[in-house]
This record gives sequence, structure tokens and C-alpha cells, in this order.
Amino acid sequence: MLAMTLTTAEVEHIADLARLELSDEEKARYRAQLSAILDYFKQLQALDTHDIPPTSSVLPSRSALRADEARPGLARPDLLRGAPQVEAGQFRVPPVLE
Amino acid sequence: MGDLTQLSLSEITSALRRGEFSSRALAQVFLDRIQRLEPSLHAFITLTPDLALAQADEADRRLAAWRKDPTQQISPLLGVPVAVKDVLSVAGVRCTCGSRILENFTPPFSATVVKRLRAAGVVVLGKTNTDEFAMGSSTENSAYGVTHNPWNLEHVPGGSSGGSAAAVAARLAPLALGTDTGGSVRQPASFCGVTGLKPTYGRVSRYGLVAYGSSLDVVGAFGRSAAEVAQVFTHIAGHDPLDATTLDLPVPDLHLNGAAQSRPLDSLRVGVPREYFIAGLQAKVDAAVRQALSALEALGAELHPISLPHTAYALPVYYLIAPAEASANLARYDGIRYGPRQPAENISQVFRRTRGERFGAEVKRRIMLGTYALSAGYYDAYYGQAQKVRTLIRGDFEAAFAGVDVIAAPVAPTTAFKIGGHGDDPLSMYLEDVFTLPANLAGVPGLAFPVGFDALGLPVGMQLMGAHFQEEVLFRAAHAYQQVTDWHLRAPLLEPDPA
Repeated sequence: MLAMTLTTAEVEHIADLARLELSDEEKARYRAQLSAILDYFKQLQALDTHDIPPTSSVLPSRSALRADEARPGLARPDLLRGAPQVEAGQFRVPPVLE
Repeated sequence: MGDLTQLSLSEITSALRRGEFSSRALAQVFLDRIQRLEPSLHAFITLTPDLALAQADEADRRLAAWRKDPTQQISPLLGVPVAVKDVLSVAGVRCTCGSRILENFTPPFSATVVKRLRAAGVVVLGKTNTDEFAMGSSTENSAYGVTHNPWNLEHVPGGSSGGSAAAVAARLAPLALGTDTGGSVRQPASFCGVTGLKPTYGRVSRYGLVAYGSSLDVVGAFGRSAAEVAQVFTHIAGHDPLDATTLDLPVPDLHLNGAAQSRPLDSLRVGVPREYFIAGLQAKVDAAVRQALSALEALGAELHPISLPHTAYALPVYYLIAPAEASANLARYDGIRYGPRQPAENISQVFRRTRGERFGAEVKRRIMLGTYALSAGYYDAYYGQAQKVRTLIRGDFEAAFAGVDVIAAPVAPTTAFKIGGHGDDPLSMYLEDVFTLPANLAGVPGLAFPVGFDALGLPVGMQLMGAHFQEEVLFRAAHAYQQVTDWHLRAPLLEPDPA
């Protein structure tokens, strides 16, 4: 079997950064699949780009400003309607600090 | 009147205005057809029959008022049914994005594109199937089941806007909205034999579109012909204060009628990029596209061989940039503000379990890929390098458009593949997108339309790409082609002829 670009520990580290709980079976599958994908992507390293600026947007850069005036927003009850737990007009969450 | 679902948009518009049938009757005919064919096609995730009939009644009132006073301005879309991809918000209608993490999410607002079409008086039939969060090329990644290609039910409709493309092909809706981040309008249009537009990035508001790859996402449309898609385009395009990336440029007033001239494309310079006619291109796709190029030539166009030398790099560039943006955009699905929450003792476990349990395999794969590409130690080698190569791909198009008006190419290397055909091999699925990704990376518009069929009777599509904000030339060229060909008028046989 070919050596894989990613180790299981790296897969676990990425999943931790992305806040994804993965099963052992998922970790093994993503390790193999992401390794194959990243190997394919290595062709990008062959291009000399040291003089090339990066593109983060295809649009000409400009500022989009508007007048600083209060406008009605979405109603709180409408925004809370989709939440799994609500209390006193707010999102309810489990403890953040133990 | 015969089967109303077979009428073109212009036939529908004039019949509604003459009062030959009502918008309500028309909506009911489409809802009945959906009822009959959905079990075999599964183009929709959510149907909105009550909303549709209420909107149709409102359209009928506006049509009646117009008949009394025809000096009123009304839209050709007044009273016309449309289907909406389930990543675009329609206020009060469930929006799942094809994901279990949003299975019960009902947005309190409508996307700008939906608002503009509703102001024109369209009737929303329902929300169409999509790969989860628009990540896929087949609709197989939907948590709500795969859509079947109306031309052959064992094949995929393409994706991610496969439900919208299948709905238009199967005459379940005359028009549909889709989105195109890496080909998600053009490829399903090609696989289903309909016409589909990916507008210029920044031409159409993304407000109310659930974000996937924000520097690439654009809302587009499906219809049977270029003239029909142009009507939707002129309604949805234009500056929106709610999307700072939309530019304030005039939108052409496109009324594409029958071609009066014998050489309507006289001196149009059509670039034919050699990198799109490669080994791996299915023979019948190659033949149909070359035949269509000859047809453009007969209409007066000049064909110019060109090169877009960085085409092959579009795949790795896209599959680094789009997942990187997705990994940030999808951070908001955490079980706190919307969607179901997996029970857990502390908030960190809520995030991990809700996301791990509720996202599908491909979405998790792309979040992982994007997180890796952005992570410390790998950022420069992957994400940073991808952004630089994106500049080279943009440069290819800028250089090409200095010498040609449009670029013509196949939409995909093959016709629609079989459901399950790519198994659990994500890279082979990504390779399906090689010809559609460059336009997204460069931000240029692309219009896909049918140019033939393969030996199995599956449609072949061609795309025309233009310089930024040059949608009009794409529409004019495709319209001229559709005046002398009838591929776009062919319909799949889905039920016995009622005659």
C-alpha cells in the first residue's frame, strides 16, 4: 500500500479544528480519500507563481458604502423560530464554561 | 388548448394575457403533472401547492386589471410558474439545502432574486432537489434522495442544481432558478437537455442564497431556450444594496425574437480552446459540439483556435478555494440558531455532534479539505498557491477575450453518467467538472444549451463563455443557433401520449 499524505492524527486534528465528530470508520475513509485528493493537487506546486498576486475576488476592489441610518431589521420572534432551544427571547445553549 | 405544460414561455405569456386560461389553471396543470411524475423523477424536496395557487390568483387579478387598462406595465413572467432550487430562501417555505442539518429551517425572508421574480408575478411551485449545500455534480449528495434524469431514469440529472434542470426538462415547470459555483447550472442543463445560464460573478444578488463558496457562487436560471432564460436573467440581474459584490451596471433589455437576418452572427469571433477537446472527451460529445460549431459558422461566426493554457489547473484550484470558503461559511451550522441540535453536555460537544451527525459525507469531506488548506503550515502551499494560480486562469480568459467575442466548448466530458457510477471515489466525481470550473474561477458568464444526443438518447450540451458582463452576446449567439436547430425543443417521453 502507498504511503498516505495524511496521518490519522492529522485527520483527527483537522476534524477538531472543524468541530466535526467523526467515527473511526469515517476517519479511515477520509484519511485515504483526502490523501488521494491532496496528492492529485500537488501538480499546483510545479507552477512558478512567485511574481503572481493572489486572487481573492474577480471584481475590481472598491468600497461599498451606504448612509449610516437606522432601518428596520428582521423581527426577533421570526429569527428565534428556527432555533432548537429558546429562553426569554434568546438562544439557549448548554454550559460554555464548566 | 392542448397540454399546457408543453407551451413555450412566449406562448404562455400571450395566452395568459388573452385570457385563454388563467394562471391558476396553468399552475394546477403543472401541479398535477408534478403529482404524476414525481414518484419516478424526484425533482423536488418541498412542493408549495397552496402558495402557488394563492400567487396564481393574485396574478389573475393583476392580469384582469391589465386587460381593463393595457397601458399598465406588466412582466412577461406575470402568472408564470417557476421552480426554485432549495438553497434560495423563499419566505415562509422550508429551505433544507439538501441537508439534514436544515431539515426544519424556514427562512423569515426571501432571496433578492425571489423577491424580484415575485414582484414580476411569478408563481412558486416548490423547492427543487440539490446536492447538499450545492456540493456535488449529480444530486446524489442530497439527504433527500437522488433526482432521476428525465431522459433515462437510471442516470443522474447532473448537479448540483439537478432538481431544477430535471424539472424544466420534464415539463414540471417552464422555468427554474439554480446556482452555479463550479458548474452547477451549466452541467445539469447539459445532462438534461435544457438551456442554463451562469451569469457573471457580481451580476446577480446572492442575498438569500445560502453561501457555499462566496467568491464563486452565482444565481442562474433554466429554461428551454436562450430567449426564455434571458427573460429570467433581465429580471434577476442588477445591483442590490443587500449584496455589496453586485455591480451597478445597466442590464440589457433582451427581447430575442425570430432571427430576421440570414447571417445573424456575422463576424462574431468564436474562440475554440484546444484544452477542452482532449483525450477523455466522449466521442459523441466531441462530434455534437463540432457540429454545433459548424452551425455557428454557417450563421456567420468566425471560428478561431485559441489556448487557455492553465485549464488543467482549474480542478485543484477550485477544489481548494471552494472547500476553504465552504469550511468558513458552514461554521454557522452548529445547532444553536437553526436546525436540530444533537443533545450533549457542553457546548463544544453540541457543535461536534450536531455537525458530525447532521452533515453528509461530501460536505464533511469538503469542510475537512478546506480546513486543512487553511490550517497553519499548509496555508501557503495549498490555499495561497491556489489563489495565485486562480490569477493565471483569469489571465487566460483576459488574453483570449482580447481576440474573440465568445469561447465555445463542451460543458462536460461525458453525457449524464449512471446513478452510483462514481461509487465512493470523490476525485473521479470532481473530474466531471473540469470544463465548468474555469468560468467560475475567472468570474465570467457561461450559457449551456443542447446540441445533440448520444447513442443512449442522452443530451449533449455546449457552453458559450463571454467576457465579464457580456451575457448579451451569449444569449444572441445561442438564440441564433436555436432558430436553426430544434435540440432545445425535444422533450423526454415520460408517460403515454394522452392522445
